Amino acid sequence: MVTESAHEFETQDLLLNVGPQHPSTHGVFRMVMQVDGEVVRDIIPYIGYLHRGAEKLCETMDYRQGIGFMDRTEYLAAMNAELSYVMAVEKLAELEVPDRAQWIRMILVELNRLASHLMFMGAFGIDVGVFGTPFIYAWREREAIIDLFEEISGDRMMYAYLRPGGLAWDVPTNFVARCREVLTAVNQGIADFDGLLTKNEIFVARTQGIGYISAADAIDFGMSGPSIRASGVPLDVRREEPYLKYNEIKWDVITETDGDVYARYLCRLGEMRESVKIVEQCLEQLQPGAIMPEKMPRMLRTPPGEVYIRTEAPRGEFGVYMVSKGGNRPYRLKVRSACLSNLQALKHMSVGQYVADAIIVLGSIDIVLSEVDR
Amino acid sequence: MRGIAKSMMTTLSVFLRPPVTRDYPNVHKALPERDRAFPLLLWDQEIDEPFCTGCHACERACPVECMTVLMKDNPNHKSVGGTSSRRKIIDKFWIDYARCMRCNICVEVCNFDAIAMNNTWSGHEMSVHDRKDLVMDLQQLTTQSHSGQIKEWVPVLGKANEESAS
Ligand code: SF4
Ligand code: SF4
Repeated sequence: MVTESAHEFETQDLLLNVGPQHPSTHGVFRMVMQVDGEVVRDIIPYIGYLHRGAEKLCETMDYRQGIGFMDRTEYLAAMNAELSYVMAVEKLAELEVPDRAQWIRMILVELNRLASHLMFMGAFGIDVGVFGTPFIYAWREREAIIDLFEEISGDRMMYAYLRPGGLAWDVPTNFVARCREVLTAVNQGIADFDGLLTKNEIFVARTQGIGYISAADAIDFGMSGPSIRASGVPLDVRREEPYLKYNEIKWDVITETDGDVYARYLCRLGEMRESVKIVEQCLEQLQPGAIMPEKMPRMLRTPPGEVYIRTEAPRGEFGVYMVSKGGNRPYRLKVRSACLSNLQALKHMSVGQYVADAIIVLGSIDIVLSEVDR
Repeated sequence: MRGIAKSMMTTLSVFLRPPVTRDYPNVHKALPERDRAFPLLLWDQEIDEPFCTGCHACERACPVECMTVLMKDNPNHKSVGGTSSRRKIIDKFWIDYARCMRCNICVEVCNFDAIAMNNTWSGHEMSVHDRKDLVMDLQQLTTQSHSGQIKEWVPVLGKANEESAS
């Protein structure tokens, strides 16, 4: 925190426009900061530059066609976004997902969480000012995961691999061995990050005590994901409302108590270790079997109804609210974006800090603007 | 200072590892069999015509409506003395690659296995100066299969692949 210096003269606050095309805003996000010297007094965020009407588009598409748009909603964790969507459809249509498909889904979403957190590490490193090095380290391991996804689904970012009912096609023969290889690489990557950043005095000085938010405030802002767990709230949808097979394996919810930027970094680092553990256990459980229910109609139709499905995406609770009036397409689709809620706390966390710290705070909540704007 | 020394050790250890980068575009990485670039039409080498019958199924299922399909009576059909058992055949076919979102749905809905995702590098390196050049016509869509460069796209929807379970 910066202490208020006594002004000898009457000074005027300056309005500083950051973005929308600015590398440190992680996409097209604009904020107008009111600065007094170097100290931020107010932040007015402007969102919506990336609004594509994905929710509305999905209402004009049948259930399978909508999957591609979910990928683009959350492009850094497309599997997690697809998962929420297909689970909502499955609940509406009362489809039973075979065990093998569930285990594979779980492996994929956890790997995607790793890829997304790696991306955070890299981008956050740049925000803090460690130019290049962590970014390239993160890219190296993320590349391993994405290569694996490419071998499975055929695409590197927009997988379109999950389907209501199961998976589009089965994983390749060497899937388990390849997963283990990737995990080895990721473990190495986590160790590298740990060595590079965690104890680094410059990094710690730059992040500790910055962007503090208390547990009560975090709850009030509706934050979720690592951003709230870093404030000491053990909120994790995987634990609160286990979906897939999360209640059948052993893993811990990582929480930190400090509620600052450094805690959010530690929280994500710990979560990556947990994800590796989860994937390892899933690989052991993987059995041969079907990946789609026995009877799948060519065109999926759902009975009327409404559902809300929430899953734990890398950035927090990714919810899909879906209303069906019968037929082959949703009547209404609403995406509950974790980033949007987390972003609300930005002003609360950065007022009173230096301008350079406000950028770190923004980086530490790891926003994906396409998810905020949809 | 010990933390900074540790960071330096980390970077030094990475420095000693073999490089992970590739000299693209001089070196292309091998693409996996399932790689999904853009959809292409397959060529029936036996009868020497496309598999596609112009049934419009893919056109209707495409989420972004980037395909245009026109069919015609097959001039090579058996009833008119030809060799093909396809009564109807594709007349004109356009796919706007600039709009295609590579979702694979057209491949899944085709009943004739006539369309497949390009899994070669030629499907990825497609930069052009004018986006009109990304609208592919029938001839462009079939040449690669005609000349045997691509065969078919591998995974099949919904089929449990028994030996893949390990
Ligand atoms: S891959 Fe998808 S978007 Fe592209 S042509 Fe086929 S159905 Fe349309
Ligand atoms: S590619 Fe297949 S689905 Fe599309 S028009 Fe031809 S035969 Fe029909």
